[in-house]
Amino acid sequence: MAALLITLFLPLLGSVLLLFYNKENTKAIKYTAFGISFLTFLISLIVLFGFNSGNPGFQYYFEAKWIPIIDAGFRIGLDGMSMLLLMLTTFISTITILSSFSAIDKREKEYYMMFLLLQFAMTGVFISLDLFLFFFFWEIILIPMYFIIGIWGGKDRIYASVKFFIFTAVGSLFMLTAIVWLGYYTGSFILHSQYGFTTNFILIRNALLNTPIPIEVQRWLFIAFALSFCIKVPLFPFHTWLPDAHTEAPTGGSVILAGVLLKMGTYGLVRFNLELFPQASIEFAPYIAWLAVIGIVYGALVSMVQTDVKRLVAFSSVSHLGFVVLGIFSMTVEGMQGAIIQMVNHGLTTGMLFLCVGMIYERRHTRDIAEFGGIARVMPAFTVFFAIAMLGSVGLPGLNGFVGELFTMLGAFRSPFLHSWAYTIIAATGVIFAAVYLLWMFQRVMFGPVTNPKNEGLKDINKREWATLVPIVVFIFWIGLHPLTFLNISDSSTEALIQRLELIKSGKLNSNKHNTISNNKINQENPNQIQKNKN
Amino acid sequence: MEKEFLFILPIISISFFATSAIVIDAFSKNNKNIGFGYSLIGLVITAVFSAYSVHLSVNSLIPFYHTESLITKGMITFGGYAAFFDVLFCIAGIMTIIASKEYMKRNYKEINEFYSLILLSISGMMLIAHTNNLLILFIGIEIMSISFYVLAGFIRTSLQSAEAALKYFLLGAFATGFLIYGIALLYGSTGNIDINTIGVYVNSGTKISLIFYIGLGLVIIGLSFKVAAFPFHQWAPDVYQGSPTVVAGFMSTAGKAAALIGFIIILRPMLTIDVYQGNLPKIFNSGTIKLIIALISAGTMLIGNISALVQTNIKRMLAYSSVAHAGYLLMGIVANTAIGWDGIAFYTTAYMFMQIGAFTVVSILEKNHEGRLNLTDYSGLSKTHPVIAATMAVFMLSLTGIPPFAGFFGKYYLFAAAIESGYTWLAIVAVIASIISIYFYIRLIINMYFKEPAETEMTIEKSISYLTVGISTAGVIFFGVFPSIIIYFSHQCFRLFMF
Repeated sequence: MAALLITLFLPLLGSVLLLFYNKENTKAIKYTAFGISFLTFLISLIVLFGFNSGNPGFQYYFEAKWIPIIDAGFRIGLDGMSMLLLMLTTFISTITILSSFSAIDKREKEYYMMFLLLQFAMTGVFISLDLFLFFFFWEIILIPMYFIIGIWGGKDRIYASVKFFIFTAVGSLFMLTAIVWLGYYTGSFILHSQYGFTTNFILIRNALLNTPIPIEVQRWLFIAFALSFCIKVPLFPFHTWLPDAHTEAPTGGSVILAGVLLKMGTYGLVRFNLELFPQASIEFAPYIAWLAVIGIVYGALVSMVQTDVKRLVAFSSVSHLGFVVLGIFSMTVEGMQGAIIQMVNHGLTTGMLFLCVGMIYERRHTRDIAEFGGIARVMPAFTVFFAIAMLGSVGLPGLNGFVGELFTMLGAFRSPFLHSWAYTIIAATGVIFAAVYLLWMFQRVMFGPVTNPKNEGLKDINKREWATLVPIVVFIFWIGLHPLTFLNISDSSTEALIQRLELIKSGKLNSNKHNTISNNKINQENPNQIQKNKN
Repeated sequence: MEKEFLFILPIISISFFATSAIVIDAFSKNNKNIGFGYSLIGLVITAVFSAYSVHLSVNSLIPFYHTESLITKGMITFGGYAAFFDVLFCIAGIMTIIASKEYMKRNYKEINEFYSLILLSISGMMLIAHTNNLLILFIGIEIMSISFYVLAGFIRTSLQSAEAALKYFLLGAFATGFLIYGIALLYGSTGNIDINTIGVYVNSGTKISLIFYIGLGLVIIGLSFKVAAFPFHQWAPDVYQGSPTVVAGFMSTAGKAAALIGFIIILRPMLTIDVYQGNLPKIFNSGTIKLIIALISAGTMLIGNISALVQTNIKRMLAYSSVAHAGYLLMGIVANTAIGWDGIAFYTTAYMFMQIGAFTVVSILEKNHEGRLNLTDYSGLSKTHPVIAATMAVFMLSLTGIPPFAGFFGKYYLFAAAIESGYTWLAIVAVIASIISIYFYIRLIINMYFKEPAETEMTIEKSISYLTVGISTAGVIFFGVFPSIIIYFSHQCFRLFMF
């Protein structure tokens, strides 16, 4: 319990601590930030060891009073999926802070403060079990990320940061309305709670399992939540902020954006959309799966024609996260497990690709593919790391990407909710395209003779850069060769979720009769409701 | 008797200090600090009295508030929400006076009358909050407004200030005409000026005449003007731009809060009976009144935020944004439930901190009257003045409604109020309006943080105004993270309506 709280609050404390540092003393600032982040990672390991993966429910549950009058509490807890994502957050944050040491050369104090604040909020998103608290953290993330892109970003940073801010805020404000509606509805009409309002996630989930919201309303709530999450993922038509944000953000920002922030969207889809609106999710599954498949192919095709390495990796994210969404909305154990492991994979490999791009950018101050060529001769060690990340992203068997993609496609293939093989077949072409664009890029950057004289004197990676890359490589191989270690953590909670969904599909939990009864009850009890219906 | 006296002590004390401050001014013309200190002490003492009556209200020690046997003859309510708002007005006054010391000195207009006028306007606001009588409401609004007219034109030598004062005065007088005519019609149709009795009359089931509704409509127009709600908001940008910056901050927060509590007091009894009452004429019922206010609210949010998009002057931008915030606040009145009133109480508190804070920052950076007011003047502020820029960013993010700042929770509560009372569409309009507002609030942050500073170095002196900025920042963050403190008090205070 204490360990989880420390994992959450230590970065915040660190951020406040940095406030009192002298601006000029950059070395101390860097090492303090890194130390805090690393310590958080170690403490999160304690959380991991205390985690019982056989238990499908929420563990480390902690509740504190916060705003009792609307029953919004400080409620946190972990299940399998959030455990994995929590580990990913602490791990990637530590790596990112280490990687920023030389890349950030102005206003370091603010940068590391923002970063630790970001880590605090991200951790909060993955462990909060209260809709209000979740939204609280979800929105806090906007602030540091906005500043990270806007202050330390590239040439078009202002455009990118504003686009990022507005896209995300638009989605989340509709989610806010949905949260209020949901809290009021469940509090007043299902639970009849003392305050007529609740945002307790577990309470709402259990209540809705027995008395589902009428499907007409559920559709709107589903859309309001899904819009916010799909923008964050980003799913196909909402993805346009991502390439700009990624390209303009500093390396650290890109890594954390790809590594953790995008996962918040997919996490939200599983945690809130599937759990709270199962009927609507079943109804919408094919449409969202189609968007995911389109995203897979579209992202891959657009990546192929990019001339900027970073933009290429950014578009590949659109493609890879398509697999995650496809896996989630296949609503099978394989698909879901694949999606969860793919979230981790994407965080590791794409994060590492961005790190590599950042390293080469620091040396050459360009990311144009045409400027490179023959890097393998000057930077052999770097080439090996880049190759591992690239192959992991392609999905080479034995490396991590393969496991995730295989599982999600398997899930989509035999999903009782999607009823079609087409998803898998089209998604599979995305894997082929991935091989094409990544290998082609790799070839153009790394192989061949050194055509550009500027590339001749490049130094190979230094000790600190080794330290950032090696831990990721270890996990890339670990997941690739023995995925069971990771799959086991989320196994039981995923199975419990899928079981619930299947029960609902087979009609055992969802009866229309029940709906109408509860509807009538509502109308009798609340005159406002009648008035609303009349309006 | 003694206890009754305790509850109206805030009004008595503020009136005493307001009037005596003028006298003191006459004797100490040369020492500016005396008037400043005296009014500050007066406000603190009043705040303590108000806080004590909040304490009494929370512990349910309020006398039944509209009996003829009381010393106020039922014209003035005791404690409850009124006490809550008394504290609010006092804090707004304290913050404004602290911020204006340096500002007025820079404009060579540090006259002690300024402070006594602020105290006087607060006494008007308190009367509004305590009113249980249409005439007391009118007197309160007039005391407040006339003080504001003078305050708006306080920098006599500035054309803009004079223009603001004149414009405010003419339009304000016009709106007051509507208000008093409405009050007359309400009296004519019900035979009473006691709001509670009118409420009882409305809900008693007797046939209500058309004149009553016309009167109510005129009162709504008059109050909408004071709140600066669409379509009666046009004065706000000009007046806020022209008047002294600190005064603009004060008018747009405390003045707005006072008009809103007046709105609540008048409309609450009229809106309680629902559509079941068959003998009302079809188009006039509480549903219609609610709908009208909902439309005003929706229009106010949209117009305010859309107009703010194109402003280049920061005071105008803040003025339009204050119009938009009045729209959010009106959602609580539409709801007319406990959660709506709590929402208004919380949001006015949060809004007070962020708006006065923002205006104070503007006043600190302002060179002389009218200088350094363009958005572009804020370029690179984070490099030249990191602390000021950080606080301004906090206020902007809070106004946008981003957690962990207080503005977010206020919005959440008002959305909840609208949704709870069946006005989901209004909440969705509010969401759309907030989305529009994101753009202009973060544009200021872009200027401060992402752009390079202008060539001319901005020099600002350290002054006592920083204290106001500090209080505001602390308030915005603290009440953003722990909102339940205010909600607890306001909930207990508004229980008075349940009796």
